[in-house]
Amino acid sequence: MTRHLPILIVVLPLAGAVVVPVAGLLSGRLARGLSLGLLLFTHLFALGALRVALQAGPWRYELGGWAPPWGIEYVIDGLGGGMAVLISFMGLLTGVYAGPSLRQRSGLQAAVFHALHLLLTAGLLGIVVTGDAFNLYVFLEISALAAYALLSGGGDRAAVAAFRYLLVGTIAASFYLLGIGYLYAATGTLNMADLAARLGGSAPPAIVATAVALVVVGLAIKTALFPLHGWLPDAYAYAPTPAVSFISASMSKVGVYVLLRFLFFILPAEGVADRVLDLLSLTAAIAVVAGSVMALAQSDLRRMLAYSSIGQMGYIVMGLGLGNAAALVGALLHVVNHAVMKSCLFMVSGNVQHRAGTWAIAGYAGMGRRLPLTMAAFVVASLSMIGLPPTGGFFSKWYLVLGALERGAWPYVLAIVTSSLLTAVYMFRVIEVAYLRPAKPEDAPRAEAPPAMLAPTLVLALGVVALAVFNQSLVEGVLRPALAGVGR
Amino acid sequence: MAHAEYVIVVALLLLGLHGMLVRRNLVRKLLAMGILQAAVIAFFIALAAKEGAHPPIALDASPRARDYVNPLPHALMLTAIVVGVSTNGVALALLVRIHRRYGTLEEGELLRRLRD
Amino acid sequence: MEPGDLRPALAVLAPAVAGGLVLASGRRANLRDAWSVLAALAAFGLLASMLPEVLAGRQPATTLVPLVGGFALRLRADAFGLLFALLASGLWVLTSVYNVGYMRAEKEKHQAGYYAFFAVCVSAALGIALAANLVTFFVFYEVLTLATYPLVVHKRTDEAVAAGRKYLAYTLAAGQLLLVAIVGTAWLAPGEEFRPGGFLAGTASPPVLWLLFALFIAGAGVKAAIMPLHAWLPAAMVAPTPVSALLHAVAVVKAGTFACVRVVGWVFGVDLMRQLGADVVLATAAAVTILLASVRALGEQNLKRRLAYSTIGQLSYIVLGAGLGSAAALAGAIFHMAAHGFMKITLFFCAGSIYVRTHKSEVSELEGIGRRMPVTMAAFTVGALGLAGVPAFAGFVSKWNLGVGALEAGHGAFIAVLVVSGLFNVAYFYPIAYAAFLGGEGRLRFEEPSPAIWVPLALTAAASIALGLVPDAGLRFYALAWQAAESVVAGGTR
Repeated sequence: MTRHLPILIVVLPLAGAVVVPVAGLLSGRLARGLSLGLLLFTHLFALGALRVALQAGPWRYELGGWAPPWGIEYVIDGLGGGMAVLISFMGLLTGVYAGPSLRQRSGLQAAVFHALHLLLTAGLLGIVVTGDAFNLYVFLEISALAAYALLSGGGDRAAVAAFRYLLVGTIAASFYLLGIGYLYAATGTLNMADLAARLGGSAPPAIVATAVALVVVGLAIKTALFPLHGWLPDAYAYAPTPAVSFISASMSKVGVYVLLRFLFFILPAEGVADRVLDLLSLTAAIAVVAGSVMALAQSDLRRMLAYSSIGQMGYIVMGLGLGNAAALVGALLHVVNHAVMKSCLFMVSGNVQHRAGTWAIAGYAGMGRRLPLTMAAFVVASLSMIGLPPTGGFFSKWYLVLGALERGAWPYVLAIVTSSLLTAVYMFRVIEVAYLRPAKPEDAPRAEAPPAMLAPTLVLALGVVALAVFNQSLVEGVLRPALAGVGR
Repeated sequence: MAHAEYVIVVALLLLGLHGMLVRRNLVRKLLAMGILQAAVIAFFIALAAKEGAHPPIALDASPRARDYVNPLPHALMLTAIVVGVSTNGVALALLVRIHRRYGTLEEGELLRRLRD
Repeated sequence: MEPGDLRPALAVLAPAVAGGLVLASGRRANLRDAWSVLAALAAFGLLASMLPEVLAGRQPATTLVPLVGGFALRLRADAFGLLFALLASGLWVLTSVYNVGYMRAEKEKHQAGYYAFFAVCVSAALGIALAANLVTFFVFYEVLTLATYPLVVHKRTDEAVAAGRKYLAYTLAAGQLLLVAIVGTAWLAPGEEFRPGGFLAGTASPPVLWLLFALFIAGAGVKAAIMPLHAWLPAAMVAPTPVSALLHAVAVVKAGTFACVRVVGWVFGVDLMRQLGADVVLATAAAVTILLASVRALGEQNLKRRLAYSTIGQLSYIVLGAGLGSAAALAGAIFHMAAHGFMKITLFFCAGSIYVRTHKSEVSELEGIGRRMPVTMAAFTVGALGLAGVPAFAGFVSKWNLGVGALEAGHGAFIAVLVVSGLFNVAYFYPIAYAAFLGGEGRLRFEEPSPAIWVPLALTAAASIALGLVPDAGLRFYALAWQAAESVVAGGTR
């Protein structure tokens, strides 16, 4: 069984997506239990696979016994394994979180949610474990389809937003697929390791350049890199909280993963990748500031968080673009940090909505007293968003600033600092309302969110602090080995 | 023309993109999306083509690979078609919901009703 | 990783734990206040126990988790850090007592949160004092920034909220500059600890070092309230008086000056400062601040705001000493951290005492107050004389050393600044004392508020005199200051 860990990571949630609706016909509770159990095992398997990959090097698994490059292979290295651990963990937590919000629905409806949740998890995990560029496309679309369906579950406006996202997402995926086509035309292979070997040789540069451009644009749309971010705010703002907590934590991060995989592991270091990275970091620097500015202008908390994601993804892509060891560590660390803290913030917004029925920032008056633990989590995650110690966000910012300094990229340092301060403005605005403005009505009782919602929120808030305390173990134990030998 | 098939691919691609961006009706947008997907599929099939080659079905003919078109893109595109069909299915389901709620699929009208 | 001597870590931890216990105690006021006092005594005791070792040249240190880029979370008691830590924790003991009297008399709301954040602030200040490297320092520096915010906005009024915004805008922006400076330093000299005489010399070209220096001073200068970065401090006076007393006289603004001195003496080193020409620039900025702040103080009619401007001026003495960079100037500057701490906290305690008893906060309303509150106003007079630098008071010792140091450094002109500033101090404090005792009507009475308020302020006033007469008595601040100053100068020539 352990021999098949890499495939089990994907098959378990995928099979669950089929089985859970059937279980839902019997009982919603059974569906939920089954789904969470599968997610837990998936997470444990991912952890196990990462351990092996870090100790013994990349774990290659041939699908159906066909030897690569002819057959599809799954490869779990430090990078993919780490992503798998993150995705499965966030999947599990958001799955738990979904419980109370599904209670009013029928067993089948709850089961459908869990099935889609599992499908999304399976798709995202597939992306990070596969060693085949076309297989990656299939998983990209599986995850996207599940995401469209999940996001549309937030009501009628959500359906419109999800449809728009579907159109844009399909364009992105088509670009990616076209890019793969060009790579195939240039090299005759779709296996990533094989691609890397052949692209280093005599592949025609014009075709490769076109391929890279298509792949990068496709993924930039998927990660909502400014100015290709238009689909994101509506899609996030109307979605059900458990869905958006998971999607904001994982989906755009997976886009970054694929970018990283292509630009640093597949393409040769010299040539086209270099220019693409320069362009990416420049765009990202603008995104970092623009996202924060747009977040400032919002009066709806979820929308503010959505725009802030655009800025925060900018940090990550900037790290990729800078591309030296420190900046790449910073980018990956921020992938983890942002997943944890942004998911936490979305959960907070859901908790408050659950109790007080509002998404508006102005409605947060007195929440510091009404939901003390939830709002404490909000404060911790906010500090991490700003990048203040003692939270995890500080350390990713440290590496990014260091990476920018090493490149002599002072304007990028300025962008990071500016964005931090803008983030402080929009996060403290909420904190100020929540703690310093009296509740309406004044005697609104203290009413924490239900345990199944509160617990994941607090776990993530503690995670934010743990990521600070143990950041060095994460960096030296996982991220640096995962990035060994890459960078420019 | 040496590569007429690629010209057609590009034309289809642009047509699809244009439709998705410019058309105001959501169903038309979806149809344009279908054209875009078809363009990508056609591109792969064109990649597989060879002058004077057979379909990749081993009957009694020569066992030499160069006598057959490349089967791999065909296999890939079967998968891509399935993906495309699923996407269209989800999209249509969303459209049905939108139409039920707002009674229109015209973008301008829809935006107006969303604002209310 | 071996943690080493745990006392520095425990001293920092004690107030933080107390903060948690205070929150857990909720509305049980006595229990809650007991935690603060106990933790203050515990931290002070731990720090005092290290005094003999530090004076003997040893440096007890705790190493905790690794943080980033070769830096660990590491706390180490050297002479300079221990002086600041002893000062902050020692005055916290008195402030805890004073706090109880003040907050209960004022019937303030949200007291649990208030005490908790107060304790966290002290913890952060101790962390800053004992930080062995820049990353550890920055972690505590930002914690201090954040933990002070709830205290500034404590009253929840629009004015308090506006002051809180201003405070955050200044200090968070400064924190970012400091972050860039620290990352830059870590890049040039990875994993370096604070070293007497500095470690940056020769690591980069002068323009790069200048840039770093500017970032450091701009970043630390906000908390140190160097003009023109000072505007948050008078605004923050809206906070309850004990906050102004401990945090705006001792912990927060001193953390800024502490940072300036640390950076000058232990990161750059006085020799590198001279090479860059940064010493004169820093000293001049400080001198200008001293004079301008004195003028502004003269114009302020609100007592606490006048004290705030006085603080701005007095803190720049310390920065001035760092800029001059000779042994006597550094010793005077470092000693002034303690001297100013005792004197200024006395004045703030007095302002709070007056406010609790009479709810008066304007200078013009204080006529005859000295005959109603003789202890308070006597203490006030002591503090004021000390700040003016009159002999036999603590302020004289630091000024004398600064003056000698200015001559040593070859910048005798700065003595004029000290003299003029002293005259200004007299000019803005003398009328208050005069009006309090000799103005208005009424005969001598004893209307002091509760002993929890007037005993601490009498003690700090007594300490201000004691430090002036026997600067090296008790906690050996004078010896610590000279030890720190000489290590910096010696480290530079090595």
